[in-house]
Amino acid sequence: MKTVSSLLDERWYERYKKISKLNIRSSIYDVTDHCNLRCKGCFFFSSDEHKAASEEKDVSKWHTFVEKEMARGVNLAILIGGEPTLCLDRIEAFYQRLPTFCATNGLIKVPRERFPDMMVGISLWGSQEDEILLRGKDTFKISSNNYAGDPHAYYLYTITPKQLGKTEQIIKNVEGVGLKVHMQLLSNDEGVDGFSWQPEQLMDIRAEMDDMLDKYPQTVISSKYYHEIITTGRMLGRPFGWSECPSVTITHDNRTPQPKRLTNFIRWASDLKTTHRCCTSETRDCSTCKDGAAHMSWVMVNKRGHIRTTRDLQNWIEVYEMFAKLYQFIPW
Amino acid sequence: MEKDISGTTLRIAQILIDELKLEDITPETFDPDLDLVDEVGVDSMDLATVALVLRDEYGIRIDEDDYPKLTTVRIIAEYINNKLNSDD
Ligand code: SF4
Ligand code: SF4
Repeated sequence: MKTVSSLLDERWYERYKKISKLNIRSSIYDVTDHCNLRCKGCFFFSSDEHKAASEEKDVSKWHTFVEKEMARGVNLAILIGGEPTLCLDRIEAFYQRLPTFCATNGLIKVPRERFPDMMVGISLWGSQEDEILLRGKDTFKISSNNYAGDPHAYYLYTITPKQLGKTEQIIKNVEGVGLKVHMQLLSNDEGVDGFSWQPEQLMDIRAEMDDMLDKYPQTVISSKYYHEIITTGRMLGRPFGWSECPSVTITHDNRTPQPKRLTNFIRWASDLKTTHRCCTSETRDCSTCKDGAAHMSWVMVNKRGHIRTTRDLQNWIEVYEMFAKLYQFIPW
Repeated sequence: MEKDISGTTLRIAQILIDELKLEDITPETFDPDLDLVDEVGVDSMDLATVALVLRDEYGIRIDEDDYPKLTTVRIIAEYINNKLNSDD
């Protein structure tokens, strides 16, 4: 039988020990139904999730809710939207109690005197031209001004097929403002023309992502195994999709057999009562889903499957470390 | 009276091997002190599967809150033994 210590040398074993006991239990929270942008391809608005429930406006209810979430064992709150920074009091209900990650478009600066070390993930959809086309605005200009050099912020760069061959400039821009960047792929939920991935483009972008990681290891927070999984949609010989997805809300999960999944994961709507099917769009086709967090979690929950060869286990460790860095469980 | 746990240890090792489809290992060669979580990658879903088999076989219920404690075959055997003894 293969065991962890039989597959790893001392250096890798040390790395493994740093993450093996983290036991991260995340859930996702829609903080608000509003946003100060309306991006084409935003899953939240394109699938009408903003209409799923009307948001809870009483802040005291958010505080009580977070207490209940902690009792459920949640130890990482991932805040999404709409745009969470429109409702700082609600963010505070989480931040006062839990390791908290806040996704944002970066147009509003989180006040650091109120949220000194909250991890902020700033969305970026490509070059100035793409940003203007898809989001109606060059958000990088504003967000980089707000967050330059912030040790608790990074860019979440959603790569579109139009970005092929152009990612290096984006990485350089991010490096130039003293921030880190994590890459993910657009799922094109609104079917914007030319923004759906073709198989050969996925092969090319994988090579490009690998190249960026090699060239900018201090700036790019990623792993080659993650690039492989997200571009091929395959892991350990199995295809990604509904039957394998780890990020399905537990109360919506009627799959048999049940795959490895995130323990007690729920994605809550902003009324604090309604739950969404999964970490991303209700209406997304699972067979073409490129959700980065779901793919990362897919690797992480399948630890035993990776205790197979030294390379497999190292791949698992690298993906876990990437996740742990992005959510501040270990340093950059 | 304390029950001998060596038989239980072997049986638990067999259940783990069968349920988790562990390869190249027998109950006899299974180190009862091997950390199942850290070394074999056993997770709470695996433990839930094993707990069902143990419930049917020993007639005991394993509380989900106890899963984090059940990190080796020996500890699981002692846990079962204690439960059986407390029912004597
Ligand atoms: S900033 Fe985010 S939440 Fe707002 S419209 Fe764009 S993708 Fe959607
Ligand atoms: S859309 Fe993606 S994240 Fe959601 S259930 Fe399907 S595969 Fe999972």
